[in-house]
Amino acid sequence: MSAITLRNLDVSYGDTRVVEGVSLDIAEGECFGLVGESGSGKSTVLRAIAGLAPDWTGEIELFGKPRGRTIDRGFAALCQMVFQDPYGSLHPRQTVDAALSEPLAIHGIGGADQRVPEMMAACGLDPRFRFRLPHQLSGGQRQRVAIARALMLKPKVLLLDEPTSALDVSVQAEILNLLKRLRHEQKLTYILVTHDLPVVSFLCDRLAVMRQGRIVEVAPVAALKSGAMTDAYSRELVARSADRVTA
Amino acid sequence: MTAPLLEVANLRVRFPTPTGPVEVVRGVSFTLGRERLGIVGESGSGKSLTGRSILRLIRPPGEVTADRLRFDGKDLLAIPEREMRAIRGARISMVMQDPKFSLNPVMTVGEQIGEALAVHERLGRGQVRRRVLEMLEAVQIRDPERVFGLYPHEVSGGMGQRVMIAMMLIPEPAILIADEPTSALDVSVQGEVLRLMNDLITRKGMGLIFISHDLHLVSQFCDRILVMYRGRIVEECAAGALDRATHPYTRGLLASVPRMDETREELPVLDRASWDREGEAA
Amino acid sequence: MATTTREWLLTESPASRMQARLGRSYRVLLALLRNPLAVLGALIVLALVVLALFAPFFATHSPYAAVLADRLKPPSAEFWLGTDELGRDIWSRIVYGARITLTIVLLVAAIAAPLGMVVGAVSGYLGGWTDRILMGITDIFLSMPKLILALAFVAALGPGIENAVIAIAITSWPAYARIARAETLTIRNSEFISAVRLQGASAARVIVRHILPLCTSSVIVRVTLDMAGIILTAAGLGFLGLGAQPPLPEWGAMISRGRAFILDQWWVATMPGFAIVIVSLGFCFLGDGLRDVLDPKGSSRQ
Repeated sequence: MSAITLRNLDVSYGDTRVVEGVSLDIAEGECFGLVGESGSGKSTVLRAIAGLAPDWTGEIELFGKPRGRTIDRGFAALCQMVFQDPYGSLHPRQTVDAALSEPLAIHGIGGADQRVPEMMAACGLDPRFRFRLPHQLSGGQRQRVAIARALMLKPKVLLLDEPTSALDVSVQAEILNLLKRLRHEQKLTYILVTHDLPVVSFLCDRLAVMRQGRIVEVAPVAALKSGAMTDAYSRELVARSADRVTA
Repeated sequence: MTAPLLEVANLRVRFPTPTGPVEVVRGVSFTLGRERLGIVGESGSGKSLTGRSILRLIRPPGEVTADRLRFDGKDLLAIPEREMRAIRGARISMVMQDPKFSLNPVMTVGEQIGEALAVHERLGRGQVRRRVLEMLEAVQIRDPERVFGLYPHEVSGGMGQRVMIAMMLIPEPAILIADEPTSALDVSVQGEVLRLMNDLITRKGMGLIFISHDLHLVSQFCDRILVMYRGRIVEECAAGALDRATHPYTRGLLASVPRMDETREELPVLDRASWDREGEAA
Repeated sequence: MATTTREWLLTESPASRMQARLGRSYRVLLALLRNPLAVLGALIVLALVVLALFAPFFATHSPYAAVLADRLKPPSAEFWLGTDELGRDIWSRIVYGARITLTIVLLVAAIAAPLGMVVGAVSGYLGGWTDRILMGITDIFLSMPKLILALAFVAALGPGIENAVIAIAITSWPAYARIARAETLTIRNSEFISAVRLQGASAARVIVRHILPLCTSSVIVRVTLDMAGIILTAAGLGFLGLGAQPPLPEWGAMISRGRAFILDQWWVATMPGFAIVIVSLGFCFLGDGLRDVLDPKGSSRQ
C-alpha cells in the first residue's frame, strides 16, 4: 500500500518554480530519504506534502486519497512534521506539557495527563522536564519534544526536515537511534530530508537525489552504501561526503 | 625551533549567573606556531569563547584570566585597549560563521573590505581600492570589479564567506582565528572555501586556529587537533593520528557519527558518566 | 523536604504549570529590582495606588468642603499644600484626585490595549485584504493628533469622565495595533506556528493562544510608557473643562482653575502639576525598566 504518492508535483514560491515534475511512490512502513544541496527543493517537497507551501500543482495522495489544499484535522491525524531547528520549532512561552497537550486539545482527545508522560518516556525525556520552558532545555531535548509532539496524534507518516542538522554530533546519534526505534515500534513511514548522506545510510531504505528542483535518481540505500549510484551528480555528492576518518 | 606565535596558559573565562559564577573555560593551555590548529568541541565546550578571549572580545560581566596569554612578546590581557585595537584585525583576525550576520548589510563589499584596511594603514583611496580588488581576486572571486559594488545580501553564502576572509586577511595578520567558518555553507562550497583559506595561510606563513564542531572536517584540514569538553582540553593529537585517540570522549565522537557504508543497527552513544568528572574542583 | 520559597520559584524543574508561571514572574521581578530607576518608578506607581485606595486615610480634609474663609491660603501645617479659591485643601483634593487619575489610566489601558492587540494580531496573521482594511482604519486614527481627536469625541459625546476615557482609549489603540501587527509578522512564519497549524489548529486558536501571548511584552511596555501621555491627555481635557466636571478633584481641572491665581497664589496650579509630573515620570521609569527586562532581544535569547 502506498503511503504517499506524488505525481508531477510542481511547487512555486511566487514566480519562482522551486520544484518541478517530482513523482514518487513511498510505500507504507518505508523510510525514504530525500537528499540534495540547499536550493535543491527537497524541503519544499516536504512542505508541499504538509500543506505549508500552498502554491503547488500536480497530485499528492496520502494512502490513496488526494490531498486537499489546506491543512485539516483529518490530515493532521495522519501526517506530522519534525522541523530542523529545535530552537525555532517550540513556542518559547509554552512548557513541554503545554506543547504536548496542544494537539490533543485541538482534536478534542482527552487523557492528556496520562498520555503526556507516556510520550515523554517513549522519547527519552526525563519526567522532570515536564513543566520546563524551551530555553531551559538543550538542543537534543528540544528535538525530542518536537518528535514527541509530532507523535501525540499517532500519525502514520512522519515528515522529517533535517532533524539532526542543528544538533551536536553526540546528540545526533541519540536522536537518530530514537527515530529508528520509534519507526519500528510504531510502524511509521518516514520521509527524511537531509544533506547528510551517512544519515540516510543509517536510517533509510530508499533515497532520491534532488538537484535544482528535480529528481535526478531514485535508488535503494544499498547503492549508496556500496558506491553504486548511477547518476553523475549523485556520484559527485557521494564523493564529496565520503573519505572520512573512521574510528 | 621557532618561537610560538601565541602562548596560552591556564585560560579561564567566567560569567556571573543568578545562581553563582559559572566557569565556561577552565584552564585551557596551548601554543600556536605557524601551523593549523583545530579546536573541536560541541556546544557548551567553550571553544568559541576561547577564540574570542584571545582577541579580548569578551566584555564584562564576563571575566577572562590566564597565567599567560602572550602574542608577539605582549601580554594580551595586560595591554591597554588602544594597543589591543591595533592588534585586532591587523595582527590577529577572526572569521565568523555566517556572513549574513557578520557583514554590515548597509555597506558594499568593497567599502567594508576597504574599511578593514583603512583602519590599520594610511593609504590613499586609489591604493585602498587597488588592494581590495587584489584581495578579491586572491579569494578567487571571478569578477572583482562587479562584486566590489555589491551589497552583502546580493552575494551567495559561499561568496559572502570569501568576502569575510578577504576582509580579515587584507591587513596581513599573523594569526587567523576561524570560528565555524564553513558551518553555514553547503558541502560543495565548504571544500572550496577551505582550500582557499589553506592556500592563503600557507603562502603567508600564518598561524590558524580553526574552531569547529566537526571532528572529521578538522582532521582533514588541520595539522594538530585539540578536543574540548566542558571548558577543558581532553585530547591533543596530530590530525593524522586521530584514529589512535585515547580519550573516551574523542573515541565516542568518532564512533557515533554514521558512516556512508553504515551497517550498525544502533549508533554508539556517549556514556558521559564514565569519564565526566563534573563534580571535580576546577 | 524543606526548600525556601525562593528556591521553589527559581527551580530548574517546576512540578506544575503554576510553579513554572510563578517562577517566570519571579525572575522578571528580580531583574526589574536590579534597576534603581525602575524601582523608583514602581514605588511612585505603588504610592499612587495606595493613595487612591486609601484616600480617606491620607486626606486631611474633605476634598469638597468649601470654606470661603480659608480661600487661597499658602501651604502650612494645617493645609499641607495650601487651599484653592473655594477654601478646599489642595493636598486632600490631590489625594482624591489620584482615584480619578488611576481610574482613567486603568480603564483606558483595559480598553485600548486588548482592542489594539487583537486588531493588530488578526491583521498581521491573516494578511491580504483583512490586513489592508484594518491597517487603513488604524492609519486613519493614527494620523490625527491625539488631543484633537479626543476633543472631537468628547465634544460629540459630552463632557464627563466616562466619555473622556472612551475618547482617550479611541486615540490610543492604534499604537498597540501597530505593535501587535509588527510582532505577528515576525512570528507568523516561525516553525512553531507552522507546527501548531500542522496539528490542525484554526486561525483563531493560533492567534489567541500562540501569537497574542508573544505580543503582550511589547504592548505592556508601550502601555506603561503611554500612561504618562494618557494622564496628560486627561489633564488636558480636564483643563479645557471637558473631562471630569467640578467639583471632582481631577488634576487637570485643578490646574485650569488655578491659572487665574498663578502669579500670587502659585500653589493652586503648580501642586496638581507636580503630581502629574511625578506620576508621569514614575510610569516612564517603570516602563523603561520593564522594557529592559521583557524586551525579546534582551532577555529571551538565553
